[in-house]
Amino acid sequence: MLSNTEKVLIAEIWESLTPVAEEIGADALLRMFACFPGSKTYFSHFDISRGSPHLLSHGKKIVLALAEGSKDISQLTVTLTPLQIMHAYQLRIDPTNFKLLSHCMLVALSCHMRDDFTAVAHAAMDKYLSAFAAVLSEKYR
Amino acid sequence: MVEWTDFERSTIQDIFSRIEYGVVGPAALARCLVVYPWTQRYFGSFGNLYNADAIKGNPMISKHGTTIMHGLDRAVKNMDDIINTYTELSVLHSEKLHVDPDNFKLLADCLTIVVAAQLGKEFTGEVQAAFQKFLAMVVSALGRQYH
Repeated sequence: MLSNTEKVLIAEIWESLTPVAEEIGADALLRMFACFPGSKTYFSHFDISRGSPHLLSHGKKIVLALAEGSKDISQLTVTLTPLQIMHAYQLRIDPTNFKLLSHCMLVALSCHMRDDFTAVAHAAMDKYLSAFAAVLSEKYR
Repeated sequence: MVEWTDFERSTIQDIFSRIEYGVVGPAALARCLVVYPWTQRYFGSFGNLYNADAIKGNPMISKHGTTIMHGLDRAVKNMDDIINTYTELSVLHSEKLHVDPDNFKLLADCLTIVVAAQLGKEFTGEVQAAFQKFLAMVVSALGRQYH
C-alpha cells in the first residue's frame, strides 16, 4: 500500500527524471539485457546495442509511461488501459520479465541518484513498480 | 561447478576491494529492513526498528551489516568453492536462525543497489551482471543445507 507521502515522493522523482528519460530508460534496459539474457528474446527485431536509436527511444517510452502513471497513482488502471491491451494481446511479454526490468530500473535510479535514492525512496519506488507491473498484466487472462 | 570469466573474477575482486565493509554492509541491511519490513522478524532482539531513521542509526544493525560483509569476503577469497565455504553458515541459518532462504535474495538485491549508488556510472550493466552472478552463487550456497 502506498501512503500519500510515498505517492508524492514517487511523482516528484519521476518529474525530476523526465528530462533524462532516454538515459534512464536505456540504462535500465541495457542492464536487464546484460543480467537476464532471456529478456533479449523479446527484442530480436531491435538493435539493442548501447546508444542505438531503438534502445534510446524505447527506454524513453518506458520512463515516460512510468512518469505519467505516477501523476495519479489511484487512476493507474485507467491511465494504463491502452498499455494493458498492448501487453496482453500484442506483446505478450511473460510477466516475470516485469520484475526483472523493475529491479534493473531500481539499479539505474540508484546509479543516477546516488545518495538521494534513500531507503525510503527505494521502498516507495519498489512498491510503485510492482503496482505498475500488476496493472500491466491485468488483462493477460 | 561454476565457471568465472576473467572479467567476472576481476570485477568481483575490484568491487570488494573498493567498498568499505563498515559502510556498505550496514547500509544494505538497513535498506533491506526498510524496503522489505517483514525481514524485521529476524531482528526482534535488536532494539528500536520503528522507522527508517531508527533502523539506520541502530548500532546492532550496523554491526550485523559489517559481519555480513565479512561473511561475503569469504566467498570473494574462495570464488571457486563457494558451496563448501558456506556449509556451516547454511546450517546455522537453517537450524538455529530459521531464516527463510528467500530473504537472502532480498538482501542481495539491496546490496546491489547500495553498491550501485557507491560506484555510480562505473556500475555498468556488465559489472552488475557479474556482481549478481556472484551474489546468486552465495545465496544458493547459503540455502543448500536446508532440509
